[in-house]
Amino acid sequence: MTALLRRSPAGAAGVVILVVLAVLAALSYLGLLPYDPIAQQPPSRFLAPSGAHLFGTDQFGRDVFSRVAAGVGNSALIAVVAVAFATVVGTLGGLVSGFYRGIADGAIGGVTNVLFAFPPLLLALSLASVLERDWFTVAVAIAVVYVPIFIRVTRGPVLSLREIEYVRAAVSTGQSRWQIMLRHVLPNITSIIVIQVALSLSWAVLTEASLSFLGLGTPPPAPSLGSMIFEARSLVFVAPWTLIAPGAVVVLLVVGLNLLGDGLRDTLDPRNRGNR
Amino acid sequence: MRSFVRSRVVRRVAGTLGTLFGVAVFVFVMLRAIPGNQITANLGTEAAALTPAQQLALERYYGLDQPLVTQFFSWLGNLFTGNFGWSARAQQSVLDLTLRSLPVTFELAVFSIVLALLIGVPLGMLAASRTNSARDAAGQAVSLAGLSIPAFLLATTLLSVFAASFGFNPNGQGFATFLDDPLLNLQQMVLPSLVLGFGIAAPILRTTRAAVLEVRADDFVRTARAKGVPERRLQVRHVLGNALVPIVTMTGLQFGYLLGGAVVVEQIFSVPGIGRQVLLGIQQKEYAVVQSTVLVIALAFVLVNLLTDTLYRIIDPRVRAS
Repeated sequence: MTALLRRSPAGAAGVVILVVLAVLAALSYLGLLPYDPIAQQPPSRFLAPSGAHLFGTDQFGRDVFSRVAAGVGNSALIAVVAVAFATVVGTLGGLVSGFYRGIADGAIGGVTNVLFAFPPLLLALSLASVLERDWFTVAVAIAVVYVPIFIRVTRGPVLSLREIEYVRAAVSTGQSRWQIMLRHVLPNITSIIVIQVALSLSWAVLTEASLSFLGLGTPPPAPSLGSMIFEARSLVFVAPWTLIAPGAVVVLLVVGLNLLGDGLRDTLDPRNRGNR
Repeated sequence: MRSFVRSRVVRRVAGTLGTLFGVAVFVFVMLRAIPGNQITANLGTEAAALTPAQQLALERYYGLDQPLVTQFFSWLGNLFTGNFGWSARAQQSVLDLTLRSLPVTFELAVFSIVLALLIGVPLGMLAASRTNSARDAAGQAVSLAGLSIPAFLLATTLLSVFAASFGFNPNGQGFATFLDDPLLNLQQMVLPSLVLGFGIAAPILRTTRAAVLEVRADDFVRTARAKGVPERRLQVRHVLGNALVPIVTMTGLQFGYLLGGAVVVEQIFSVPGIGRQVLLGIQQKEYAVVQSTVLVIALAFVLVNLLTDTLYRIIDPRVRAS
């Protein structure tokens, strides 16, 4: 982490942005928001940003700042759960596929190819539309899209690692395959996985926002950045803050994650050392 | 050698067919996982009022009394004879709907890719021409923006700003195909392809920058420069020519983003393409439409990937030889 902050100013900027947004999300988790993000206050509709309402209020008199903070919390939760699921399943799949080869590799490769045959957003959209709608199923729908990516990313390095002497030596000492995979192979691919996690998080946030924009994400009235932007699209000239606030925050969140991902890649990936 | 190449192609095609079969199974199973069926989708809560006899008759009519495997293969068989299902909403066969919407999305995709290449390749070369300079930073900023601004946000903003400030809202009127009214059609394509093109320009820019930097360090470039090849020709023919392989691959890979992004962008700009067809199908719970359309999109995606793969074998002599 300190290496990242020292070596990559972009990565450091990403960390700063994410920390600020994490504070926002934490406020919503701890119930410390200035207003209830869902409670409607018709008398205070369309108030412009002020000291009382930092980002103004929307067409139902709800405080936009509180809604944005809660939206960041929801988006982050969905993205983190989705990517965690994809990382665990995908990495295990890639390990087994690359290490066992043979039938396991063929089967996992087949599933990967099928999932890769769908444009990512379309796959998430179709899955989200058939599943019961709540935040968890949205996370699952997004996770399914990213599982094959983690399989592809880990399988290649595992294939070459299993031929390396110390892994062969471990095989010859009679350790079980799972011991070797987890103790000798996995630690050598962690940097690849960490980079992929950061990049996938930014895509997951974008996907979740797109799904809620299309009405297939977190169901209302729970605030979500995508659905806030959808509702604000006809209010742009009445109350521009209803679009600008969630729009700016979703862009910041993705920028932060992208910068972090790029920074991690520059710091951790040995191929990138020196040529920047 | 030749037979080896041919067998590789054959294997690639066989693999693709296998994948497509898997895709069909996946789509079929996914839509069967939804609670309810065609009957409840058509009748809504009134389905509960059906007598057992009516229920049975309807199930027989839709083939729902057959085992799942039979249902799957009859659906697949129907697809091959051009029977993609029927859309009650549009009162049209899904095949007709698709034949109308697919060219629209194709047009949008072509414009978007052209725009993306026009933005991404020159900016990528410019960024690579002097690393860690102001122009490099500008290029990085553009690509970061492209990667980070959601298509729906850019589309919503552009739509309202152009409509309100410049009175430019060609998408407010009914959609015109290129054959109906070329001028209106092109106007209607401007903003949607700009949004999609901006999104894909980012990875193309990054790939161009990285590829140009890599090629520029090669010995043959130094040799060409030493032989007195003019700088412009050197950059375009020798450097860009050799950096094309990753750029083409990356462009092909972006097709998936394009088809997914098309769902969002077509919806916002009311462009009646294939993405909007899926979304309408989902919103109206017309699963026959969703099922066949998703399959068509996956087919298009897989074919484009196959094409990219072939194309890159053609442009890269090293791959051709190995």
